[in-house]
Amino acid sequence: MEWLREWLPVAETAEEFGHRLTMAGLELDAIDAAAPVFSGVRVGKVLSVRPHPDADRLRVCEVDAGTGETLSIVCGAPNVTAGMLAPVACIGAVLPGDFRIKRSKLRGVESQGMLCSAVEVGLAESSDGLMALPADAPIGADFRAWMGLDDFILEVDLTPNRADCLGMLGIAREAGVLLDHPVTGPVIEPVRAGADHAVTVRVTSPEACPLYATRVIDGLDPNALTPLWMRERLRRCGVRPLHPVVDVTNYVMLELGQPMHAFSAEAAGPVIDVRFGTAGERLLLLNGNEVEVGPADLLITGANGPLALAGIMGGEGSAVTAGTTRIVLESAHFSPRALAGRARAHGLHTDASHRFERGVDPTIPLYAMERATALILEIAGGAAGPVVHQGQVPSAHADNRITLRRERITRVLGMAFAPVEVERILTGLGCRVAAMGDGWEVLPLRARFDLTREEDLIEELARIHGYERLPQTLPPTTVPVTSTVEAALGRRKRELADLGFHEVISFSFVAPDWAQAFYPDLEALALANPISSELAVMRPGLWPGLVRTAAHNLARQRMDLRLFEHGLRFVPDAAGLRQESRLGGLLCGRAEPEHWQGSRRAVDFFDAKGVVETLCAGARQALRFEPATHPALHDGQSARVMLGGQGIGWLGALHPSLCERFDLPELFLFELDAAVIASENVPQFRGLSAFPAIRRDIALVMNEDVAAGDILAAIAQLDLPLLQETRLFDVYRGKGLGKNEKSIALGLILRAFERTLDEKDVNSVTKSVVDQLEALFGAKPRY
Amino acid sequence: MEQVDKLVAEAVEGIQAASDLADLDALRVRYLGKKGVLTAQLKELGRLPAEDRPRAGQAVNDAKERLSGLIELRQQELASAEVARKLREERVDVSLPGRRSAIGGLHPVTQTIDRIQTFFAGMGYTVAEGPEVEDDFHNFEALNIPEEHPARAMHDTFYFDAHRVLRTHTSPVQIRTMEQRKPPLRIIAPGRVYRCDSDLTHSPMFHQVEGLYVDTGVTFADLRGVLSTFLQAFFERDDLQTRFRPSYFPFTEPSAEVDIRCVHCGGDGCRVCKHTGWLEVMGCGMVHPNVFAHVGIDAERYTGFAFGLGVERMAMLRYGVNDLRLFFENDVRFLEQFARAG
Repeated sequence: MEWLREWLPVAETAEEFGHRLTMAGLELDAIDAAAPVFSGVRVGKVLSVRPHPDADRLRVCEVDAGTGETLSIVCGAPNVTAGMLAPVACIGAVLPGDFRIKRSKLRGVESQGMLCSAVEVGLAESSDGLMALPADAPIGADFRAWMGLDDFILEVDLTPNRADCLGMLGIAREAGVLLDHPVTGPVIEPVRAGADHAVTVRVTSPEACPLYATRVIDGLDPNALTPLWMRERLRRCGVRPLHPVVDVTNYVMLELGQPMHAFSAEAAGPVIDVRFGTAGERLLLLNGNEVEVGPADLLITGANGPLALAGIMGGEGSAVTAGTTRIVLESAHFSPRALAGRARAHGLHTDASHRFERGVDPTIPLYAMERATALILEIAGGAAGPVVHQGQVPSAHADNRITLRRERITRVLGMAFAPVEVERILTGLGCRVAAMGDGWEVLPLRARFDLTREEDLIEELARIHGYERLPQTLPPTTVPVTSTVEAALGRRKRELADLGFHEVISFSFVAPDWAQAFYPDLEALALANPISSELAVMRPGLWPGLVRTAAHNLARQRMDLRLFEHGLRFVPDAAGLRQESRLGGLLCGRAEPEHWQGSRRAVDFFDAKGVVETLCAGARQALRFEPATHPALHDGQSARVMLGGQGIGWLGALHPSLCERFDLPELFLFELDAAVIASENVPQFRGLSAFPAIRRDIALVMNEDVAAGDILAAIAQLDLPLLQETRLFDVYRGKGLGKNEKSIALGLILRAFERTLDEKDVNSVTKSVVDQLEALFGAKPRY
Repeated sequence: MEQVDKLVAEAVEGIQAASDLADLDALRVRYLGKKGVLTAQLKELGRLPAEDRPRAGQAVNDAKERLSGLIELRQQELASAEVARKLREERVDVSLPGRRSAIGGLHPVTQTIDRIQTFFAGMGYTVAEGPEVEDDFHNFEALNIPEEHPARAMHDTFYFDAHRVLRTHTSPVQIRTMEQRKPPLRIIAPGRVYRCDSDLTHSPMFHQVEGLYVDTGVTFADLRGVLSTFLQAFFERDDLQTRFRPSYFPFTEPSAEVDIRCVHCGGDGCRVCKHTGWLEVMGCGMVHPNVFAHVGIDAERYTGFAFGLGVERMAMLRYGVNDLRLFFENDVRFLEQFARAG
């Protein structure tokens, strides 16, 4: 806040101002105090230092803390010297962590307070001695007040379009229009060249680097220290102070949004070229990693090859170090397009790349250069050469005029804006605004990359005016005519729930070995960048997820499970990839909930089949279950589900070898085409017969191989109008029958619409049925 | 006559002693039946002197009537005793557990989607769907997110090859719908989406619901009205405060995030709202003209809004679920808690 107030007065509290930023689209992430709570610390001066009589590492210091008396303080810091200024926690002071300073004796010598390191006053994570204060610090002053620590740090989460706010300049501009107050930054005067040293700049790739400026500064004081005020601002922005020159480049980046870099002039050499890399070039970066660069990487190169990954990170070889006295300062504009994705390609993300990828104000590099030069000269002395640059600084405003129509504002926002308000907001955002007929012609600042069309300006109006001050309306409601597949599918899912099934949602990606185990004939679609090897391929069906879920629950003592899932399966085929909506289920454990009178029967194939039959009950076409084998299913207990001759899914017991492999009990699975089972008929009423039905039960003996489904199909084929329904009510094997024989009992339900049936009708239908079955399957009536 | 009195006394005793209906019936046959003893007495009347016959006949008939009445009475007594016995014997312990079917349920994410769908169906929106393995064009390009756009980095995309990705949001359904149909359009598109990110608060797969409304004269004010009403309906609170604040999505302009007053603390600040009093629940905005251009809709004639929300987040807020991963573990003990939810 203190830094921002250098640009304009902000009367609001940090919280109020933070809220205002949030509501303008610069979302406040956190408000932190500039320092933890402490009190009783003063600026003190060490007057003398003498050894402690009984401890090698301790010293006894006389300290003037402006209290009117000289304090005797025992100090263990290695850097304590007579004449230095440091924070002094006086008796009664409370340091962060509720550490109270009391009069105490250290190895027999009384200490009337404590000389503090930056850590002890909560301003650093680590330190190697007392926090040295500048010589002009006012002795006796309250340290907290003098450092301005009763301040707040606002952390703002910027959306990628607002790179213009990645510097104090941009935030101040935003604050100016929000608070309706003019913004005045620090005065930046060009620094005249005091020497003529320079490097030659060549830009081989000007489209990637429209402006590249350098300045050589020589004669730097290698012992110069970054002033406390700058270190403190860097600290509050989370930047660690390193070296005065580096600190200045960071400071200017935070202030103006322009990333800068400084090379050791010796390492850089006399000529700097900005060009794309060539295959095989290598560069050891500042972070110690060596990268191989290629033709996609924009480089800053010197006499001996690459010096830096442009706009991303400098090289170790040309870094400014403690002894550096001659530097080449760089301030350039790199196009977002040229840098897009490059940092990530090398596993990097830096303050510079973050900004350049999103777009830095292209008009600002030379201005930043002057600012940095002045700060470096002020801190470390030396003489600056002339600014040598390639490329032109573009005008402050964009070239493309945007037409903003008054009527369009109303059409998009649902509210008319007063022309003065439109002009105030846009001008406040730095736009050049000219009224034209029914609207305006607007030239935004070049720094605002995100303002390119009418809608962008309308958003700015809405944003600054405040979304919450815009109206709310409800558009008229219409009623869609058709019911949808989703609704019908929803009913099927609800049916499953009513049948005791829990819906599960498992990941669409599964482990490759599970996919392979269930669907060995398919090559599952593999992710190029899976999150783990367990979630690496797209499921070719729903069973791996269902079985995994069952295993999870079985391991938690849930033995009776009925689960289902709805979702896509991903089946690669010659034509590409089929993404099909499927409904799958799993059953294991008891057939019925445990009950004091209930059966202890375990679920079997026919429980699973019954569920499938229920789900398909609304289908228009004939449902059949065809014996067929599936690699994941028990050969003798699996069926392909056929609807009107189309295979719509599978049903069966999990293959015993898979049960064993995954350590599972017997369980049953089904999977069906979700779109098919969602189909429903509009019922057509057929009338009710007023006459009673007659039931005739018959039993037929036949060979074991005859499938019951074929028997029922054969009867249906007869198309007997009196036969309303055939119920298969018993299957018998054993006494009285041959070894390979079984008896199937059928209940024939007969009814006519127009009359009561007599014995003749019943006999005739029964005979037709028996004759048909005898002819087709050799079935004999059993009496 | 003494004979009759004796028989009656004997019969009365027998009737009183009869312990079931069968005994009683036997008594009836014995005394009153065609071959019964009293009938026999009547037959004997002929042997009496004529002047005695009427009196004796009367006495036998009185006796018959009396016995018949007594038998009927006894019959009723025995019948009600029988009913009482039956009731006594067939008593059950009504506190024993009933025989019920297993209880299943829909996943809380499905239930949440259903709630959202139901609200928007009432406003005339129909459901649209799209593939989950999506091409680069529909997931990014057509949504005004060109290659190397910084927004792509925010998406942590799962990809298969240079052109195919797992959709990172349900927004491509907007594009597919607008490619196929002409305005006016009102759709919502629920479904699975994928981000290459997994930790306490991120799942590599989660659900979104996308909404799109395109017509002549759709405004930002409509967007605010519809979403405020929706959020109030979803959380069943007509006093629910919402706020719209500017944000950025490449495919909308203006763009907004929608916050609601924290449903946990009511705005005082708590862990759920990270002490801000507000919860971010949706992203939305007016359809960007570049998006309309990609699908051939005239941005001068039509305007539209789009919105998207995270289903798990809504479910967590509504049901008080505190761990995102629970939704995909599918522990039946978790699922059961939503089995009979609305």
